[in-house]
Amino acid sequence: MIAAEKKRLLRKMLFARRFEERCYEAYVERKIGGFLHLYPGQEACAIGVMAAARPGHDYVITGYRDHVHAIECGSDPKEVMAELYGKETGSSKGRGGSMHIFDAKHRFMGGYALVGGPFPLAAGMAKGIKMRGGDEIAICFLGDAANNQGTFHETMNMASVWQLPVLFVCENNLYGIGTAIERSTAELDQYKRVCGYNMAAACTDGQDIEQVIQAATTAVDHVRSGKGPYFLELKTYRYRGHSMSDAGSYRTKEEQELWAKRDPINLLRDRLIEEKEMTLADFEALDKELMAEIENEIIPFAENSPEPKVEDLEKYVLAEHCPYAKGEAH
Amino acid sequence: MAEMMFWEAVRRAHDEEMARDPMVICMGEDIGVAGGTYKATRGLFDKYGPERVIDTPISENSFSGLAIGAAFCGVRPIVEIMSVNFAWLATDQIINTAAKVRYMSGGQLEAPVVFRSPGGTAHQLGAQHSARMEKVFMGIAGLRVVTPSNPKQAYGLLKSAVRCNDPVFINEHELMYNMKGEVPDEEFFHPLEGSEVARPGRDITLFGYNISVHWCLQAADILSKQHGIEAEVVDLYSLNPLDRAGIAASVSKTHRALIAEEAEAPVGVGSEVMAIINEECFFELDAPPVRVSAVNVPIPYNHTLEKAAIPNAKDVVAAVLKMFGK
Repeated sequence: MIAAEKKRLLRKMLFARRFEERCYEAYVERKIGGFLHLYPGQEACAIGVMAAARPGHDYVITGYRDHVHAIECGSDPKEVMAELYGKETGSSKGRGGSMHIFDAKHRFMGGYALVGGPFPLAAGMAKGIKMRGGDEIAICFLGDAANNQGTFHETMNMASVWQLPVLFVCENNLYGIGTAIERSTAELDQYKRVCGYNMAAACTDGQDIEQVIQAATTAVDHVRSGKGPYFLELKTYRYRGHSMSDAGSYRTKEEQELWAKRDPINLLRDRLIEEKEMTLADFEALDKELMAEIENEIIPFAENSPEPKVEDLEKYVLAEHCPYAKGEAH
Repeated sequence: MAEMMFWEAVRRAHDEEMARDPMVICMGEDIGVAGGTYKATRGLFDKYGPERVIDTPISENSFSGLAIGAAFCGVRPIVEIMSVNFAWLATDQIINTAAKVRYMSGGQLEAPVVFRSPGGTAHQLGAQHSARMEKVFMGIAGLRVVTPSNPKQAYGLLKSAVRCNDPVFINEHELMYNMKGEVPDEEFFHPLEGSEVARPGRDITLFGYNISVHWCLQAADILSKQHGIEAEVVDLYSLNPLDRAGIAASVSKTHRALIAEEAEAPVGVGSEVMAIINEECFFELDAPPVRVSAVNVPIPYNHTLEKAAIPNAKDVVAAVLKMFGK
């Protein structure tokens, strides 16, 4: 990988880290309500896979830890932040919130809050792609705990039987909410669980973005070339609790320190420094630049945007006009 | 105008919509090679092939979700859930995704999926194959619920449901697939909203939907011939939204109301129609409205017990006579 590409990825990961940390602050300040699930620690997963895919062209879907996935599909971070603030200018016009970022024009088909819910939706999107004959693929990002839902097994089976162009990315962060994987799941290696569905699968280090991109490129090529679905497991770790109400007390300090040593941003930064493509001062300048962008552009946009109007409360429940509802169609 | 059976009307609507639009597909258990448990998709597999007439594995929640995801990408799926009892398993995708996605995406995505499913109490199918689930779905914002009482409605409602951009749940009845009725030869679209006066009358309104419309019609006949009571029968083919104006108009004319439902009374069509009467036309009433509903039990297997659990036309007649003090 050329240095410029590595720098681009580093910038993306650092931006994602700072964006999420700023969300944390805004939540503490009560500017953001509801549930908030943050992504620090897992940046190489979404950013690496999307670097191997075609953002804005491929259809992407995920769970409730969705801000960075939307941004990687092409969403404007200002609109994502405005959504968290519940504003009319937000990705989902303030109707969705953190767990339901949507950006159809960039083919980010949403964040969903029922664990495992997006599996069949992703397979359905792949069915639609197949019927239209396009070269897009569907990509479904979910965590390891989603694999304990029935939808995982039902969907792996259907995707394989019908050879649908869908890539399932499992971001295995070792915890389902606050329960450790070894306490909830019989098979710790998630990619092995699709063997029974006759599906191609692989596993790689989710903290090293270069490895993620390499594995994801193989996976994306497999799916796009019509060879059927693919399951890619990325071993990763989230630094914060499951959501803001979770202090993460179920994890040892030793475990957290061990993973901090494999931080995806630091790994890539140190590699660039070692290769003399970057200095520590360059990195710090980049960090300042990104924090300033968030503080000076993104936060003010969210702060200053209008609230949705109460008179629009019932908008978007049903289609605005349906000639088949009232007997106007002949 | 041709007479056809209910299943033939459903099949015709599928066939016409699939012939018109290559993005219309149907999917469900045994609907393809086997032709459908109630024959609603008979012959379509041979005509349209396995990519569009899809025999699914027995995975109700996920194949419902798969249909919704396909709809995000331009497909117009008609999902058959073999028995409404199995739709309990699919409530996650139908309610959490299909009904809510337009709203929670701020209008960006929509789920134009038709879910059709036979329900009701048939012949000794036991507690887990006799559910009446319309009461669950009709309270969900974002999900249209319709329930045909005859072949013409079955055809026209399905035609409209396929074209509508909202998710539509069509509640059919296992005992009605062989019912015969007139269906116009030319294509038509039955409105998804509203209600229909199935028989005009002046003394009382009998509200029914799906199979209970037929109990009401039989009861109205008996009441007219034997007791001189002229009942109006209103067919509530749309359960979400319910036709507030139609309900109020009829009660304002007859001043009395009875709701016949095959489901248990608590939290059902009857309680909702009564609430609407209270809200819209309480002072028009000459007597308290009544419900004729199933007994609140899991449906028993034993034939005699099963019959005792489910109301019929005689129960409607008895309730009306009681209201009139006869």
